[in-house]
Amino acid sequence: MKRDYNEKIMRVVFMVSALAAILAVGLICVFLFAGGVPAMFKIGIFKFLFGTDWSPGNTPPSFEILPMIVGSVYVTAGAMLFGVPVGIFTAVFLTYVCPKKLYKILKPAVDLLAGVPSVVYGFFGMVIIVPFVRNTFGGDGNSILTASLLLGMMILPTIIGITESALRAVPSELYEGAVALGADRERAVFGVMLPAAKSGVMAAIVLGIGRAIGETMAIKMVAGNQTLLRMPGEFLKGVRTLTANVVIEMGYAEGLHREALIATGVVLFVFILLINLLFSVINRKNAQ
Amino acid sequence: MDSRSFASLRMTRIKLIRFTAGEIYLEKFKLTGVDLWYNEFKALHSINMSIGANEITAFIGPSGCGKSTLLKTLNRMNDLVEGCKITGEILLDGRNIYGNIDVNLLRKRVGMVFQKPNPFPMSIYDNIAYGPRTHGIKSRLKLDEIVENSLQGAAIWGETKDRLWRSALSLSGGQQQRLCIARALSVSPDVLLMDEPTSALDPISTSKIEDLVTELKQKYTVVIVTHNMQQATRVSDKTAFFLLGEMVEYGETDRIFSMPKDKRCEDYITGRFG
Amino acid sequence: MKSKILLVITWLSAAVTFSLLIFLIGYILARGIPYLKPSLFALEYTTENVSLLPALITTVMTVALSLLIAVPVGVFSAIYLVEYAKRGSKIVKWVRATAETLSGIPSIIYGLFGWMFFVSFLGWGLSLLAGSCTLSIMILPLIMRTTEESLKSVPDIYREGSFGLGAGRLRTVFRIVLPAAAPGILAGVILAIGRIVGETAALIFTAGTVAQVPGLLGSGRTLAIHMYALSSEGLYTGQAYATAVVLLAVVIGINTLSAKAAKKIAKK
Repeated sequence: MKRDYNEKIMRVVFMVSALAAILAVGLICVFLFAGGVPAMFKIGIFKFLFGTDWSPGNTPPSFEILPMIVGSVYVTAGAMLFGVPVGIFTAVFLTYVCPKKLYKILKPAVDLLAGVPSVVYGFFGMVIIVPFVRNTFGGDGNSILTASLLLGMMILPTIIGITESALRAVPSELYEGAVALGADRERAVFGVMLPAAKSGVMAAIVLGIGRAIGETMAIKMVAGNQTLLRMPGEFLKGVRTLTANVVIEMGYAEGLHREALIATGVVLFVFILLINLLFSVINRKNAQ
Repeated sequence: MDSRSFASLRMTRIKLIRFTAGEIYLEKFKLTGVDLWYNEFKALHSINMSIGANEITAFIGPSGCGKSTLLKTLNRMNDLVEGCKITGEILLDGRNIYGNIDVNLLRKRVGMVFQKPNPFPMSIYDNIAYGPRTHGIKSRLKLDEIVENSLQGAAIWGETKDRLWRSALSLSGGQQQRLCIARALSVSPDVLLMDEPTSALDPISTSKIEDLVTELKQKYTVVIVTHNMQQATRVSDKTAFFLLGEMVEYGETDRIFSMPKDKRCEDYITGRFG
Repeated sequence: MKSKILLVITWLSAAVTFSLLIFLIGYILARGIPYLKPSLFALEYTTENVSLLPALITTVMTVALSLLIAVPVGVFSAIYLVEYAKRGSKIVKWVRATAETLSGIPSIIYGLFGWMFFVSFLGWGLSLLAGSCTLSIMILPLIMRTTEESLKSVPDIYREGSFGLGAGRLRTVFRIVLPAAAPGILAGVILAIGRIVGETAALIFTAGTVAQVPGLLGSGRTLAIHMYALSSEGLYTGQAYATAVVLLAVVIGINTLSAKAAKKIAKK
């Protein structure tokens, strides 16, 4: 029968579509690892990861990405330092403090913050934050601090959104119970509700880290991009992240240089996979 | 196929099985040794019964006794439940419905009305036309006719004829349920299965539906699951009482409610448990 | 005393968050709107007149092409997961896990992959097609997830009603379930458009930066790339502001639409 026939065909179509996601991840892994891992071996894995000299133009060239790994870590950590507390407190504000009418305006505002393209953020960083840092703290403004501030701003919607829904998922009986015991609102929120939403807040932070470490364009526009290994005290100097390294040099790289950039991508990819893993572990804990 | 030729086809298939005291008894369903499992749980134990044509048969019993489960085996809605397995034989007009048949055509012949009114989120007209369209009727004239007949058959034409293109969700709960009955009638079934059709409705809507069910008997075989024993006495000809997946007693409704043979059935009817 | 301090910090944080947003948008609007001249919408891009119209058209083309690939695949995939697959089956677990992985991959990795696979391996070169294919993989998990959620939110009684009338699974899915889930799917698609419009890192090595309206295998720049190019060249800051205004307007429009679609689901 024709109807049966259609059913069967479409069933296969649906299933093949479902396999697309698996296929995509498979292809990405294969191409990335095949393109990058051989270069790591050629350079020497230890040297590639822990050497500090990135000079593709030298003879012989040198491809060592520790400055970029450290750069990504600095910028991400800086972003967390700024974005996590502000984000969590803003989420608390939206959930418990803010009047309903104001909420109706602020909630879409958070969504808007999430929707602003990173190139617009980067541009904003270039024209506002860079001069601000230069005039306030000195240096040329393209610095770890600038990138951290900008990135902290960019991860705010992620932190706020997930923390808010985690807070709202906490049963309101807990709040009422705390208030009934004589706690005021702040004590009930910070002493009872926030700890109860702990794993949701953790998930928010992990997701924020993922976003921060993967951000490319905005960072590239404000971080200075020097391939030098920085000490933690040098937050007013420029730095290059893993992502920026790829996007800056990919356009003209050839041969081993190109492979080394793909290998940079592999390192980034592994970081992201680890963060994803951490995120799903936390989520599984949440579900229990 | 139009409804008249369908009816004549139906007549030829009906099997005369026995004569009792001068009355002709027509058998619609015949169930033999029906067992049903949900994974490891056995929900029905060896059910044997025959359901008469153009009669109203009520299934009663406490919740979880298997009455709805049995109802859903009659048009194979249980196929949709994962891990459901059925053995035994269910004949509809002499043909095994778990044999080599088209399930969609079976469900066309054996319509269903659900516990909660479930009109589709579309217009009243499209709700009714959905079934006929499913089975290939495209002509607008034909569809108009079916929609009117079905709505009249479910005694809701008067309330809906001026608002056929409004959303079905704008109707009240009782109207929605009658719309669902009309929808079930739209594919000209022989049998209507009703799974506690009034449990979500107020008393007035309930009595409207009960009146309707009594009328439907003229044209259709009706099997109704109910948790309301007054309802069973009001509408049904035969009643089957179920307990823990077994059919404990089955017979004329008047007899079951006046002098039940089984102690458990009596206890249930008199309200001692359930 | 301690609670007073906490309350003050809470207010302060919210103030920081939202004044940053207001400042960002206000500043860009204030600086950009004066540059929104008709000449910016000229058909041709030249070094004298850095028109954004070609980029705008390219953006629309990129969005259309990416959705053309990702929406059917994503929606069908979600249909399989919700309507067809057995609960707890291996395939479902794998698909969910990989989709989650995809949604965590940063866009620069998509850019790298797209460049290696579509541009080099398949030999499409820097092109609209390569860029759109790359983006369609990027938005696939978003479409899948939102569609899956909306399909799940369609009550089972609709499906039962349809099956009970003798409709097959296919008809039930297309006539009953999908229409009921449409607003949720639409909200997801709109979010996906937002991601495409704002994307730069995944496009710069796949679609390239040519400032002309491309053919399928030609290179073209979307608005976001256009803005990136203008701001890094440093010569056309005013035009960069103006482009940012257009981008922001698109984003605000998209957010409003998606909120409307989401509200439509909430009402049901």
